[in-house]
Amino acid sequence: MPDTAAEPAIRVRDVVVSYGGRRVLDGINLDVARGETMVLIGASGSGKSTLLRQIIGLEQPQAGQVLVNGMDLATKSKKDLKKIRLSIGVAFQDAALFNSMSVEENLALPLREHTRLAESTIRLMTWMKLSVVGLADFGKSSPRELSGGMRKRAAVARALSLDPQILVFDEPSAGLDPIIAAELDELILALKRAFNMTVVVVTHEMASAFHIADRMAMLYNGSLIAIGRPDELRKSAQPRLRQFFDRVPDQVLDPSVIQTYFERYLKGDFE
Amino acid sequence: MIGSAVEYVGRVTLRHVEYVGGLAIQLRAALASMRRALPLVGNRNRWRSAVNQMLAVGVNACPMVGIMALCTGFILAMQGASEFRKFGAMNLVVDLVSLGFTRELGPLLAALAVSGRSGSAFSAEIGTMVVTEEIDALRTMALDPIEFLLAPKYLAMLIMLPCLTIMSNACGILAGGLFMRISTQMTLRVYLGYVADSIVLRDVMMGLLKSLAFATIIVQVGCLEGFHVRGGPDAVGRSATSAVVKSTFLVILSDLAFTGIFYLMERH
Repeated sequence: MPDTAAEPAIRVRDVVVSYGGRRVLDGINLDVARGETMVLIGASGSGKSTLLRQIIGLEQPQAGQVLVNGMDLATKSKKDLKKIRLSIGVAFQDAALFNSMSVEENLALPLREHTRLAESTIRLMTWMKLSVVGLADFGKSSPRELSGGMRKRAAVARALSLDPQILVFDEPSAGLDPIIAAELDELILALKRAFNMTVVVVTHEMASAFHIADRMAMLYNGSLIAIGRPDELRKSAQPRLRQFFDRVPDQVLDPSVIQTYFERYLKGDFE
Repeated sequence: MIGSAVEYVGRVTLRHVEYVGGLAIQLRAALASMRRALPLVGNRNRWRSAVNQMLAVGVNACPMVGIMALCTGFILAMQGASEFRKFGAMNLVVDLVSLGFTRELGPLLAALAVSGRSGSAFSAEIGTMVVTEEIDALRTMALDPIEFLLAPKYLAMLIMLPCLTIMSNACGILAGGLFMRISTQMTLRVYLGYVADSIVLRDVMMGLLKSLAFATIIVQVGCLEGFHVRGGPDAVGRSATSAVVKSTFLVILSDLAFTGIFYLMERH
C-alpha cells in the first residue's frame, strides 16, 4: 500500500504550457508537501496564475503532469476529477462570488450541490464558516454590498465550505490596504493552524509572502528559478531573485528619449 | 492579391466552421445534461432554476410578444384587404392571417422577440460570469457550467417558446378578426368559423416544430457567445450584440430551411 502521508499533496512534473507559440510555463517541477504553505512569487506575466490554473485543474498542460493527492488531473475519470476538485478550495483574485446570490447562498451552494445535508444543517455550517472569517453578520448581504476585503474573506469562507484538504489563494492581498491585507495573512495562518491544510498562495506582495510561507518558489519567464524556505531565499544571490526582492527596475526611462520624441513631434516628423 | 483574397476566404470559412462546431459540441453537452434539469428525475435545484428561467423568458415576454403579434396581425389584414378588396375577395384575408400566423409569423415573431430579450440576456449573464471568474469558480466547485447554467435555460426555452408561439398565433388571428369586424362588420364568431375552416392541425404543428428549433438556436447561440467572452466589460457588450445578430440570422435561415422542407413535403 502506498504511503499517502509521504506523498506530496501537489506534484507538478515537467509541465509545459504555451499560448499562441509563447511558452508560458517551460518544464515546471514543483512538490507541495501536505500541511505546507507554498507561496508562488514572480513578476506579472511570469506564469504564476497559469501554474495555479494547472494545479486547480482549470487548464490541462500541453506536456507534463499535475498530480493532486497522487491523482493525475489529465487522466482521471469525471468522477475522480470531481473528487479531486472537491478536495481543493479556491479563493479567486477578485473573489468570484456569485452576484446573483447572497453571501450565505454562495457558501451554501457547494453544500447543497454535493451533500445531502438538511437545510438547517447547511445554514448552521454556513454561519460557522462565515464566523471563521469574521462575516457572521453579513450572510444576508449581496456580495456587491461588501468591501473588497470582506468579499475576499467571503471567498475564503466559500472555499472552506466543503472542508477541503488544499486551499488555494490567487493574489489574496491585491487591491487591499495594508491593514486588511495583514488581516487576510493572519486568516490564512489561522486556517492552516486550525485545519492543518495544504495552502498554495500566488502573490507578488513580498511582506505577505515572507510572513505566511513555509516555502517559496519564484517563477521567471515560465521557469522556476528558486525554491526554498523564506530565510534561504532571503539570503540567495540569484540575480533575478535579488532584483525582485530589492525592487530594482529592469530599465529606467531616459528623459532624453522623451525630449527627442517631443522635438520630433513638434518638427512634424510623425505626419 | 489573389493569394490574400483566398487566404481571407479560407480564414473566414474556418472561423465559421469552428463556430458551428462549437455550437454542435455545446448542444451535445446540453442534451446530455438536460435530464438533470427535469423535474422528479433530475436535480431539484436545476428544475427550480428552469422555472425561474421560464418566468424570465416566457411569462415576462408575454406582453411584448402579444403586442407585436396584435400589431402584425392587424397590419397583415390591412395589407391583404387593400389588394383582395379589388377582387371582392375579402374572405381571403382570413386565410392570409390565419395561415400566415400559424405557419410563419407566429413562431417567427415569438422567436425574434425572445431572441432580442433573452438571447442577449443569456450572453450578458454568462459573459459577465466569465469576466468575473464565476465560471471558473463553478468549475473548481465541481459544477459543470453547461449543466448549471445552460440546461435550465434550454429546458425553459423549449417549454416557453412553443407557448409564446401559440399566444402569438392567437393574438395575430384575433387582430385579423378585429380588422374584419371594423372593415366588413364580420362578427368574431363567423370570423373564427372561417379561421377553423382554413387552418389544419398540421399547420399549427409545423409552427410549433419550428419554435423548438428556434428555441435551440437562441439558447445555444446566446450561451456560446457568453462562454466565448474574453477580456473586460466591453467584450460582454459585444457578445450580447453578437448573440442577437447571430441568433436572429440563424432563426431566419432555419425558418427558410423548414419552410422549404414543408413546401416540398406538401408538393409530394
